[in-house]
Amino acid sequence: MKVLLASLVELIRRTSAEIPDDVQRSILEALEREQRGTIAESALRIIERNIALARGKSQPLCQDTGSILFYIEHPSGFDPIEFEETAREAVGGATRVGYLRQNSVDSLTGRNDGTNVGPGSPVFHFQAVRSGGLSVRLILKGGGCENVGAQYSLPDERLKADRDLEGCRRVILDAVVQAQGKGCGPGILGVCIGGDRATGYEHSKRQFLRRLDDRNPDPRLDGLEQEVLGTSNALGIGPMGFGGRTTLLGVKVGVLNRLPASYFVSVSYMCWAYRRQGVALDESGGIQRWLYGGA
Amino acid sequence: MVALEAPFTEEKIRRLRVGDAVEVSGILYTGRDAVHRHLAHGGDLPAGVNLRDGIMYHCGPVVLRGETGEWRVVAAGPTTSAREEPYQAEIIRRHGVRGVIGKGGMGERTLEACRAEGCVYLHAVGGAAQVLAEQIRRVRAVYWLEEFGSPEAIWEFEVERFPVVVTMDAHGGSLHRDVALASEAELRKRL
Repeated sequence: MKVLLASLVELIRRTSAEIPDDVQRSILEALEREQRGTIAESALRIIERNIALARGKSQPLCQDTGSILFYIEHPSGFDPIEFEETAREAVGGATRVGYLRQNSVDSLTGRNDGTNVGPGSPVFHFQAVRSGGLSVRLILKGGGCENVGAQYSLPDERLKADRDLEGCRRVILDAVVQAQGKGCGPGILGVCIGGDRATGYEHSKRQFLRRLDDRNPDPRLDGLEQEVLGTSNALGIGPMGFGGRTTLLGVKVGVLNRLPASYFVSVSYMCWAYRRQGVALDESGGIQRWLYGGA
Repeated sequence: MVALEAPFTEEKIRRLRVGDAVEVSGILYTGRDAVHRHLAHGGDLPAGVNLRDGIMYHCGPVVLRGETGEWRVVAAGPTTSAREEPYQAEIIRRHGVRGVIGKGGMGERTLEACRAEGCVYLHAVGGAAQVLAEQIRRVRAVYWLEEFGSPEAIWEFEVERFPVVVTMDAHGGSLHRDVALASEAELRKRL
């Protein structure tokens, strides 16, 4: 298990300190688009410098190292109990060396025991797959962006949102305007149409496993993603809510079936410090390759 | 670029306007949810902390302790300020705070307290934990570490050229209010 432990600590380190290539490229494009001499431009320049510093120093991009969300794909015969034990140990170790902040608080007493391990932390999503080996993806999602997420139940009279794609568009854009700069934009939206209150949010977050530069294979959802992205960037909220041309870097929409009585649209907001990495592991638990590029 | 250096007098603060890029040099006291709640419910500051003509920083840093006992700030960006809106105005009034650093902006009550008392809201770039930590020269002290835990404690930082933007000034100006209104109007055109 020592090999797996080291691999998971390295996954956490890299997720916390190194922004994925696709996200960095998108931020640089946003910087090019922004008007020179504005505070929006200078905010993006600070962000650019922050990305380089975090990588160079192996220190957290953002001090809020967030909810620790593991997504594991595994073959049958895999032992999830042993994996969880090792991953908790990795989280504790990564916290002691400062890759993660002491970030997990007892909701009743307010105590923070400094370990990041407790009920609901870290989070594990296991999925058995018929072919392929073991892969582990990790998302660290900060509280500021988590707080601006929103869930809508359609129809929504106030927003004139019916149970159709136009209704979805209306509520998603409402979430963008409500968020303003509070979620540390330019942000990325993960959206789920359908599901129940729990699975809807869960599936909306799962969209953050997609690459920023991919396109939705469903043309209806691709259309919605592109439309919401374009409209959001025309609203003038801008980086940090300072005003400007880039409010969002991407929109990713997934769909789940729903009950006839329910029509939820769940919107999760990811900050620009979009921390997501993944590894394919070999049989001994060693890192075979990184799933989102990089050496 | 405006240099804002200690002492943070009312005169210096009232000179600042929305949109000014500022570099702060002097002492910052971190304080976030637990500290604000405590103070707003009538609690006292710990001995050694004086916020009069001081600057509060909404921040829960990552700080490690070195082998010789010294503190090392590993990451220290701002946290969302809106959560302190129920408490901030009262704290500005009672403690004579001259500046609040955070992210995301604050509401009308804080804006009014800024106008009445001579205080500004200074926006740091959210997520820029490394760039901002670089400007912290040293940790002078920490208070309430045991009680509130590391992210919620009061850290006393000595900073130099700490980069922020004035987004709420002492004259009733708020970039957050302006951007919110303008973006809502733009959205209405597109629905």
